[in-house]
Amino acid sequence: MTTTEDARTGVADTGVASTEVAASTPMGYGSMRRKEDARFIRGQGHYLDDIVIPGMLHSAILRSPLAHARILSIDTSAAEAHPKVKAVITGETLAGLGLAWMPTLSHDVQAVLATDKVRFQGQEVAFVVAEDRYAARDALGLIEVEYEPLDPVIDAKHALDPEAPVIRDDLEGRTDNHLFDWEAGDSAATDAIFASADVVSECDMLYPRSHPAPMETCGSIASMDKVTGKLTVHTTTQAPHAHRTVYAMVAGLPEHKIQIIAPDIGGGFGNKVGIYPGYVCAVVGSIVTGKPVKWVEDRSENLMSTSFARDYHMHGEIAATKDGKLLGVRVKVLADHGAFNGTAQPSKMPAGLFHVFSGSYDMAAAHCAVTGVYTNKSPGGVAYACSFRITEAVYLIERLVDVLARDQGWDPAELRMKNLLRSEQFPYTTALGWEYDSGDYPATFQKALDIAGYDELRAEQREKRARGELMGIGISFFTEAVGAGPRKTMDILGLGMADGAELRIHPTGKAVLRLSCMTQGQGHETTFAQIVAEELGISPDDIEVVQGDTDQTPFGLGTYGSRSTPVSGAAAAMVARKVRERARIVAAAMLEVSADDLEWEKGGFHVKGDPSAARTMTEIAMAAHSDLELPDGVEGHLDATCVYNPPNLTYPCGAYICVVDVDGGTGQVKVRRFVAVDDCGVRINPMIVEGQVHGGLADGIGMALMEVMAFDPDGNHLGASFMDYLLPTSMECPSWELGETVTPSPHHPIGAKGVGESATVGSPPAVVNAVLDAIGVRHADMPLTPAHVWRAMQGRPLRTDLAIG
Amino acid sequence: MQVPAQFEYERATSVEHAIALLQRHGPESRVVAGGHSLIPMMKLRIANPETLIDINDLDELTTIRLEGGELRLGAMVRHAALLDSAVVGEHFAIFHDAERVIADPVVRNRGTVGGSLCQADPSEDLSAAFTAVGAVAVIQGPDGTREVPVREFHTGPYQTVVGDAELLVEIRVPIRPGGGSAYVKVERRVGDWSVTAAGAALWLDGETVTDVGIGLTAVGAEHFAAPEAEQYLRGRPATEESYAEAGRLAAEHCNPTADQRGPVDYKRHLAGELTVRALRRATARARGEAIEGA
Repeated sequence: MTTTEDARTGVADTGVASTEVAASTPMGYGSMRRKEDARFIRGQGHYLDDIVIPGMLHSAILRSPLAHARILSIDTSAAEAHPKVKAVITGETLAGLGLAWMPTLSHDVQAVLATDKVRFQGQEVAFVVAEDRYAARDALGLIEVEYEPLDPVIDAKHALDPEAPVIRDDLEGRTDNHLFDWEAGDSAATDAIFASADVVSECDMLYPRSHPAPMETCGSIASMDKVTGKLTVHTTTQAPHAHRTVYAMVAGLPEHKIQIIAPDIGGGFGNKVGIYPGYVCAVVGSIVTGKPVKWVEDRSENLMSTSFARDYHMHGEIAATKDGKLLGVRVKVLADHGAFNGTAQPSKMPAGLFHVFSGSYDMAAAHCAVTGVYTNKSPGGVAYACSFRITEAVYLIERLVDVLARDQGWDPAELRMKNLLRSEQFPYTTALGWEYDSGDYPATFQKALDIAGYDELRAEQREKRARGELMGIGISFFTEAVGAGPRKTMDILGLGMADGAELRIHPTGKAVLRLSCMTQGQGHETTFAQIVAEELGISPDDIEVVQGDTDQTPFGLGTYGSRSTPVSGAAAAMVARKVRERARIVAAAMLEVSADDLEWEKGGFHVKGDPSAARTMTEIAMAAHSDLELPDGVEGHLDATCVYNPPNLTYPCGAYICVVDVDGGTGQVKVRRFVAVDDCGVRINPMIVEGQVHGGLADGIGMALMEVMAFDPDGNHLGASFMDYLLPTSMECPSWELGETVTPSPHHPIGAKGVGESATVGSPPAVVNAVLDAIGVRHADMPLTPAHVWRAMQGRPLRTDLAIG
Repeated sequence: MQVPAQFEYERATSVEHAIALLQRHGPESRVVAGGHSLIPMMKLRIANPETLIDINDLDELTTIRLEGGELRLGAMVRHAALLDSAVVGEHFAIFHDAERVIADPVVRNRGTVGGSLCQADPSEDLSAAFTAVGAVAVIQGPDGTREVPVREFHTGPYQTVVGDAELLVEIRVPIRPGGGSAYVKVERRVGDWSVTAAGAALWLDGETVTDVGIGLTAVGAEHFAAPEAEQYLRGRPATEESYAEAGRLAAEHCNPTADQRGPVDYKRHLAGELTVRALRRATARARGEAIEGA
């Protein structure tokens, strides 16, 4: 496959995903090796901790050993006397600067360094700046903090008990741990449907607290130039421009005097969206010492204090006719937000996009009521590749459909097929108000069933059961909603979620594309060059993609929620089209014809009807910078800028089928097969898409089988290292069997939909459904560790969010 | 970034030199072999030794050999070397079973047999394996060497009989004909510590179990052993019924504690289930039968 046309036809005709990499760089879409990997595979990536600035100091944070305690005193004198220590900063120091508290992304405040109380284990208490990282750590042991322990609130189900201690007594007038109540959907209509439905199934389920756990932890180097008054912050951020604006708002620094630079990032998954106390302390440390200050958290700090994900206790109900037609779904959610409401969602949506939970099915009514509570756990609630809580929504509906099928003795595949939205129903407005753009769900599902050999698998399962062997087949069909978002409905801290792009063609026909989004390993340097290449016929090899540096890139809200391709990708296509129209004028002047008489063929313009009268983009670029006379009002050079405000989200979908074998004597689960058919619209680089899917599927196995952050009754974090918080390895993953269907998004300029989080969203319920199918249990919560599987088989499942007693 | 507190570093050039260094630096010094337990503990500042005595140059402790009717393993034999050794596999398949599920290849390249025993982590796999085969530890001090059965080696979690100025130098395993051995482990994920594991070594005379050793990992079994189950099995027929009762006894007499790897009842169940599976596998090997995955 050497041409784009071949590649796209091949995809559409066979439906079989191809990672075959072209021998030469495609002039646009198609699988090509990632440009950035030339440095990564040589070990030449340049990450935050690789950066050394002359005179740079190091830092460390003293953290609370207790989950809930009043601070009686902090004595820093011994630490300050350490010969290599340059500064010790406490909450009191920050309070003097008005920086002891900072706003979160969700209408709350968060302590930068604790002043009155500590509210979760691992909370930041003091910040030491020293000549080297050893001395900084040594000095932590010299700080004496006197605590008065308080009862912690650990079980979210008891956070609203009348006798529960009030965690946020810093907030005036607060007498309980209630954070918010939020609803979506038509409650009365939903209740009416449930009242008259033939069958109703209900289920309590927990999506446990988990962590993004990127390979690289968070960190920053703050450098305040006293002479120019400019603050430079090298930092691990998925959203450099949002960070700059927040620094300006929090610290009162002039925005034009702040430069945020994100170097190579070793994974984000939502972990690098927020602004953490360590970042703010590094800035203060630099102001205090007059030197650059580096702060890099260690693994335990990352797991204990930054941006958990999920933590939704859900009670779901689903209604259907006796013939298996789904009628409605309703859910009550208890959302554990930890000690500060730091969740990163569009600011008008406290449960994010959770209310997409009617899923992929034609249903008349749906309703949810979400109650958020404070607990003595770390704040966060960002992503982990969750598309703003769609992970929880998909898990809910895909578990409920399986529970209903089990209760009624229906085949879960048949039940889904009967109720999936049909292609002629698009655009489809759900009972919860989302307008799905496009899809052919039955075709996508059928493809997965065919690849898996569903009927044969069920036959095999029957034979195995007769022999006493436990084999399970689990299905999930998901609809994602990604590409936040339309400015009128979605913002972060009042900043509309539109993205800018700037494209400049150099005189020799090479190009530079400047973006507001920020890659964390997704391959933006390649994909975005391919988008421009497809529009202009300039090789991706000749297009430099610039991101991460706020002094070098246009404003935009960054990379999370699978929004890069839907928003910044659209901006890149639109800005390339603007440049193309500029090039048309230049070409018309070169050929001395009217611009209307020109026809575009990838790579240049020619006169209609006369292909020999043509100018290539390279020729046009040089001419645009030359002494060529251009029409009045047409400036020279060849560049353009654009801001893309998405008209709607994009809605990728997928059908996943997981096959597991369970050892009934030990509870061990072996994932034998995993079939994943994804529809993310037009695929720019199929190889990169498949890589994204691979990672998300592994995530799903991790979520379903091993990942969890549980807490003991004292509030001790029981997943604070990689010995305790388990991530899946290749040994737990089967060789993925991928497929695809392509239904372009009608409102995206190139028909693409986001895909970064699809597999993370879609895979956990497939694995859980498979395990429960194998052991014949109606429901048990994630993670299904061997111990939990064994207990579930005995009808005594575990509370996975609490310490195992 | 996790960094250790300040410490002194000495590099031993011989066993005698290592012992002299231990004497010189006293009880606040620690021997470092593979370092895959000690160094992380130092970075977390759970361990803060004043001096590290590095014994990685002691090549005399890296040999695997047959001598005097025994398999003799130097304390500095790396996990990977134990796994690679055909001699070890021929006589004690249990060690290959165990090594395949200890951590990951990177750790196995560095971690040592002696380090595992001396770390005495209750979830560590080799202690139960050595217990099952009736191994003897050779400990050297300023006044010479002494031999301690592995069943008397551990005095509690993270504690052994090795004195402040002593070094574990060798582990000896007596070789007897007619035997087979196996190790079976349940872990939450590859490379994790055991939820529970069981090792078994047994010797048959026809269909009768003439002798047996059973080791249990991570279930609070004293000295990693299951003496009641062993006692029951000796002289009994090598049958499923015998093994089921041995498993029941092993489960009954161990003392697991709950943690995030599992509740007490599950670990106790596994102690029995895995004891049965290890006995089954060891029996098949003693009979010379082919074993799946072996």
